[in-house]
Amino acid sequence: MSNPTDWDDLSQPLEGAAEASAAEGETSPAVGRDEWVARHGERRARREGVLGTLEQRLQVVPWWAWLTLFVGIICLVPVGFESGYVRRVAFDTVVFMLLALGLNVVVGWGGLLDLGYVAFFGVGAYAYALLSSDQYDIHLPTLLVVPIVAIIGGIVGFLVGLPSRRLSGDYLAIVTLFFFQVFLTFTNNGDDVFGHSITNGPNGILNLDQFEIFGWTLERATPDGLFNIVYLYVALVVFTLVYIALHLLNDSRTGRAWRSLREDPLAAELMGMPVNRLKLMAFAFGASVAALTGTFATALNGSVFPQNFEFPLLITVYTMVILGGAGSQAGVVLGAVLISVVLEMLRDAGGDVRAVFYVVILLALTAFFRASTKLAVVLGGTIVFGLLARFVAGEIDASWTAGPVDDTGRIAAWASDWVIVPAHMAGWVAPVAYVGLVALALALTLLNGWVRIAVLVPTLYLAAFVWENVMLPHPESTRYIVLGAILVATMVARPQGLLGEKRVEIV
Amino acid sequence: MDTFIQLTLNGLTLGSVYALIALGYSLVYGILKLLNFAHGDVFMVGSFIGFGVLQLLGGSTDPVVPVWLLLVAITLAAMAGCAVLGVAIERFAYRPLRDAPRIAPLISALGVSFFLAYSMQLLFGAEQRDYDAFALDNGALFFKGFDIGNVRVPLLRIIIIVAAFVLMALLWVLATRTRTGKAMQATSYDREAAAMMGIDIDRVIVFAFVLGSALAGAAGVLFALRAPTFPSIGFLAGLKGFTAAVIGGIGSIPGAMAGGLILGFAEAYTQGYISTKWSDLLVFVILILFMLFRPQGLLGKADIRKV
Repeated sequence: MSNPTDWDDLSQPLEGAAEASAAEGETSPAVGRDEWVARHGERRARREGVLGTLEQRLQVVPWWAWLTLFVGIICLVPVGFESGYVRRVAFDTVVFMLLALGLNVVVGWGGLLDLGYVAFFGVGAYAYALLSSDQYDIHLPTLLVVPIVAIIGGIVGFLVGLPSRRLSGDYLAIVTLFFFQVFLTFTNNGDDVFGHSITNGPNGILNLDQFEIFGWTLERATPDGLFNIVYLYVALVVFTLVYIALHLLNDSRTGRAWRSLREDPLAAELMGMPVNRLKLMAFAFGASVAALTGTFATALNGSVFPQNFEFPLLITVYTMVILGGAGSQAGVVLGAVLISVVLEMLRDAGGDVRAVFYVVILLALTAFFRASTKLAVVLGGTIVFGLLARFVAGEIDASWTAGPVDDTGRIAAWASDWVIVPAHMAGWVAPVAYVGLVALALALTLLNGWVRIAVLVPTLYLAAFVWENVMLPHPESTRYIVLGAILVATMVARPQGLLGEKRVEIV
Repeated sequence: MDTFIQLTLNGLTLGSVYALIALGYSLVYGILKLLNFAHGDVFMVGSFIGFGVLQLLGGSTDPVVPVWLLLVAITLAAMAGCAVLGVAIERFAYRPLRDAPRIAPLISALGVSFFLAYSMQLLFGAEQRDYDAFALDNGALFFKGFDIGNVRVPLLRIIIIVAAFVLMALLWVLATRTRTGKAMQATSYDREAAAMMGIDIDRVIVFAFVLGSALAGAAGVLFALRAPTFPSIGFLAGLKGFTAAVIGGIGSIPGAMAGGLILGFAEAYTQGYISTKWSDLLVFVILILFMLFRPQGLLGKADIRKV
């Protein structure tokens, strides 16, 4: 409580909602107040009217009701969608949700930057593979192997955390990152460890056992070769159990200790908390959840390869946790769903992906400007700008606008009348346009008022140009660029994520 | 004996590049206490800028300028480009988070690293780019040179090692003899006290990013003269550079140089005498040992936390 002005703020009557939130957001320093005080204005600034009442009603719905509703909706996915593809995506999403929950324990609650997280997922997968395949001819029963793997994951997490227990955030990040690298080196070169083959190297371990519970074999595929939804339900059961267990853990003594450790390790230590043990516990819990997830994900795939566990996967899970809000279980699950769906759409160019960009831009603009004249000016300006630019470009050289739009559909037809799509692009155009777009977008954050709107219009058009000509043809790079951009933007603009609580550093 | 000389030479070449990368980590860490994960990717961008300028100047087979000028030009271009990139990263990804919890800029740095790596892959493809230094002057850089025993020391190696050491010496002079360098050291020692003494902290931080990123750009070019470069190279390069900085004592300039050379030698000898496959593992073991027994590194000073 170093800054007396915070208390002055509280004693002053707050006039209106907008003012209160403005005061919260900009003028008052973010350092030196605890969470309750920091959120005072937020509580006062609750919205009025129907929306405000709705918001208040929704806030009193208990967490287990939300969980039931959410799991229920996912259970209904197979009813609504016949296609094996959609069901498989739903399964992958649940896998991601579990991974995000586990990472949330380490990053969100423990406040530890664990860059080896995906390796624990891999440890679980490989442990399952070694314990239920012909590799060493071990075939343990499913109900035994799953807890064993979860425990193995926890032990490995404990061991990795052990040398790092004295280390502060950055060193821990590096040690875990190296552990990740060692895991990859080991799995990739594990076909020749002093002449023995342990992991078969890049060829992976094949023909793993399917799950077998109480005498029922859970087939991977239905008779006609589609994804078997039984695995979706297995994943959902595991998810629900893990979610409840972690929720209870967070409300327990340990959970509170973790939060205090995250806010200030030094103060926690002075209060007599076993800081090292708590850090190791967070590590082990996260690792154990990841390893557990590895079991059924691997059982479904039927094989395991080193390249399933590489750096992009780590960043994907991190983006889910950060976007959703580290520390909030509901948040990271939401993040997992959002990111998983977006990544899935960006798997191939064409189709609905093209529209995603325009929808996202429209939503972002609406959220930023609200429904004001500025929004109308920006949208109208961009459309007129685009038509003009396309007309001019077409007059100068007809081939500049003759490019094929590889997709049929309303959006494609509309875009081809508006965006410049050259038939053949010189090699330098893509880098220049892309770098220019990044530079303009960054410059926007420095500008204000009408200048910003004037710059926003060409930026939006350039973005559409880059999207159509550079990014859409290469979805495999685009999806990861999107992740990187989300990470930075979330950290800078809203560090608490979508559903997380604002963290305030107490000095 | 010949193998040993050859490996020592390899280690020296590799180590001087690692040292240049490690310096960037150390400079930024010393002042901001921030682990700049994006540094390895700045190195990668540097090697690509060098490649681009090389193509603009006619490529290795048919350069429009003399070879020495070509080498100087691509190095300077990469240094300048990376300096701009480093400043932009600091301004937009780190500065807004300066008062945030420690973990926030680290995550932002991860995002920047990922963004850079995949942006390069988007624009230039994932395939390897070769400077093809062998074609310069019909292989003169490889054939000329002098002998130690039976081992030939090619001109290219000499150029790389000398360039790296000249840059390090320049940095050393800049950091210890100039006003800005002294301000940098003061800020690294105690940021608040330095600010009270009238040092413009923002300027010092930007300066550290300029220096560090420019060195990474130079390292990118020097590295790519011998081995092909590709967009995902930054990850491992950054990891090695950081390890070198930690071994030498993060925050310490001579420490980063020593750490880079040690790492280079360790890697070269492991690859030569034991196995190429497990050399990353050895680097990890060295790092863990240092963290357990001498967390402040070789030349760093122990970090005592005051409350």
